[in-house]
Amino acid sequence: MDVRRRNNVVVTGRADGPVLLLAHGFGCDQSMWRLLVPALSDRFRLVLFDYTGSGGSDRGAWNAQRYGSLEGYAADVAEICEELDLRDVTLVGHSVSAMVGVLAATAEGSRIGALVLLVPNPRYLDAPEEGYHGGFSATDIDELLDSLEANPGWPQWLAPVVIGDPGRPELTAELEEVFCAADPEVVRAFARATFLTDSRADLAGVTIPSLIVRTAQDAIAPLGVSRLVHEQIAGSRLVTLDATGHCPQLSAPEATARALREFAGVVNRR
Amino acid sequence: MTAPGEEHEAVKEAGASALPGPETTRPPAPERDDRRRAAGGGTATDAAFTALLEDSAEELYEKAPCGYLSTLMDGTVARVNGTLLEWLGLTREEVVSRLTFPDLLTGSGKLFYETRFFPLLRLKGEVNGMAMDLSLRDGRLPVMASATLKTSADGQPLLMRITLFDARDRRAYEAELLRGKKAADEARVRAEADRTRLQSALAVLQRSLLPDDLPRVPGMEVASYYHTASLDQLGGDFYDLFQVDGSRWAFFLGDVCGKGPEAAAVTSLVRYTLRAAALHDSEPEAALTTLNTVLYERYTGSDPRYCTAIFGVLRPHPDTGEVEISLASGGHPPALVVRRDGEVEHLRTPGGLLVGILPTANFTTAGTVLRAGDTLLLHTDGLTEARTGADRGLYGDAALTAFAGERAPVGASALVESLTELLHGFGAGLDDDTALLALGVPVTGAGTAGGATRQADAATDSRSNSHETTA
Repeated sequence: MDVRRRNNVVVTGRADGPVLLLAHGFGCDQSMWRLLVPALSDRFRLVLFDYTGSGGSDRGAWNAQRYGSLEGYAADVAEICEELDLRDVTLVGHSVSAMVGVLAATAEGSRIGALVLLVPNPRYLDAPEEGYHGGFSATDIDELLDSLEANPGWPQWLAPVVIGDPGRPELTAELEEVFCAADPEVVRAFARATFLTDSRADLAGVTIPSLIVRTAQDAIAPLGVSRLVHEQIAGSRLVTLDATGHCPQLSAPEATARALREFAGVVNRR
Repeated sequence: MTAPGEEHEAVKEAGASALPGPETTRPPAPERDDRRRAAGGGTATDAAFTALLEDSAEELYEKAPCGYLSTLMDGTVARVNGTLLEWLGLTREEVVSRLTFPDLLTGSGKLFYETRFFPLLRLKGEVNGMAMDLSLRDGRLPVMASATLKTSADGQPLLMRITLFDARDRRAYEAELLRGKKAADEARVRAEADRTRLQSALAVLQRSLLPDDLPRVPGMEVASYYHTASLDQLGGDFYDLFQVDGSRWAFFLGDVCGKGPEAAAVTSLVRYTLRAAALHDSEPEAALTTLNTVLYERYTGSDPRYCTAIFGVLRPHPDTGEVEISLASGGHPPALVVRRDGEVEHLRTPGGLLVGILPTANFTTAGTVLRAGDTLLLHTDGLTEARTGADRGLYGDAALTAFAGERAPVGASALVESLTELLHGFGAGLDDDTALLALGVPVTGAGTAGGATRQADAATDSRSNSHETTA
């Protein structure tokens, strides 16, 4: 198995710097980090990848069973660390990948030394009986999953089918601009694993230095949720960026980079 | 926080882009002329033209047949048109600077916006035709959203410009398509299951038309092979080998015209007629004559059915190890005798007509004696009429003769095995059913057969048969 090819692994930044492994969330691929990379590459060795099935990964290596649960994604992370022989990795997990990072970091023989949970949400689904507000009702989640079935709003995910149409050379140029391409079957499985998993119980197992990064206003990861994550991970730090929304690495790359640098400084002094 | 300067910029932008120059300065002249004639004087057209000239950029924006909004990069609504406010049932004051675009969406719309819409818009600079639902006070409105980014001179994104089209009809149509697709998928699954059931029923029926096992013939090695060209069609080739009395065995191999259930019914009739005829009078000519009469009488009129067949009788002589063969043929390719030394003989039976086509038919008999190392091969024309090579020419009798001769001395199993490999090599060129039946006298004693890899002494026999089907 060629993990580098399977996960479209890209290594950039300072070759002798501390390792940041950047894990994208549901809905996109490693292009999510495009604006953040320039702000970090002077200091860190940056490892980017696409989960199997997403972006430029090897679609043929995907199977519904492995990637039907977050453990499958955590296995991708672990295998990349091994393949590249990475040590003392700081894993930066965006959105659902924060919880993938928790799984990978608490697994046997983990090479992850520190964890950055970027806008984490261990359970998107509300649990009214527990007084838990994850942000979304069962109806919201069902609707999203249904809409993946045949939603014309995901056209980019069908786009690669038309690659190489000799009658329309302009398509090739257009397709080079496609970000976050993926296959509908892959997307459905990733969506189910993301939005139907309750990972709250895994948080307490994290013993490595951890940073929770949130934004001032985030519909997908409410403030109460990031507070809970902070409380559950002993000794974790919590930073609220002067930004809004669920993608601070796109909307506030400088502020996000600053938070990562500060955390790395703290971790390295230990 | 709304930056006033940016909002102002957005207003200017919206006006400029909503009212492109050509629309005001150059109304389509020919159309105007046509309408003037139709109106019989033109005052109505003039009024419309005047209205067009007076239609301000502001009005085009506010009353456009789609929703417009411009937001800051954090999603805060900076400007919104009247059409969208009307859809939402909100006032401008309730929306501008107070709500974000995702605030206007349903829960799943928010998830979609944050995980897909915003990242793609930020990375690509535009998104097109994304389906989401506006959340209304009393329900929802399906929309198709497209958006572009307005950037500063140095490439920094300043605003998101979003256009929303009412997609109720389209979404209903898509739901209908999806239902149709699901129904078609289910129908396909059912059809595939039906086909599998049919194929297994056909396979059972096909096997019933062939012997399960070839009988043991003392002092002989016998082998057969059956290739079915299609899983969906019953083949019309047949063969059999059975004991007639204490010292003789009968064998036959043939090809019924046509395929499918009708051909299979004929095959069944042929097989049991020949078996019964052989027990009554095992002379080869007599058996084929009986078959001719039965087929001719059964299938007269508009649906004539006939076959080609070789029917033979073999008598092993345990004292000499030789096997005496006598056979007759009706319209079938001649049987081959592959001698131990590589010579290949054709057992010709001149004048043998197709069986069942005329009320009376004459068949002639040919005979030979098989000795140690000799093998008799019967085959149907699927083998010789297979298309081979670059020119897709027929494989042919000459090639088969050469192929068999090169393998001598060759036992029945080895010959059938190498012919099976040959057939597999034809691939798609083999498009007809093919039956093979080989009857051979093994070489006795070690070392007497130069190069022979298969040996059997007179006390043992070997039989093999296989049925093969290609998809």
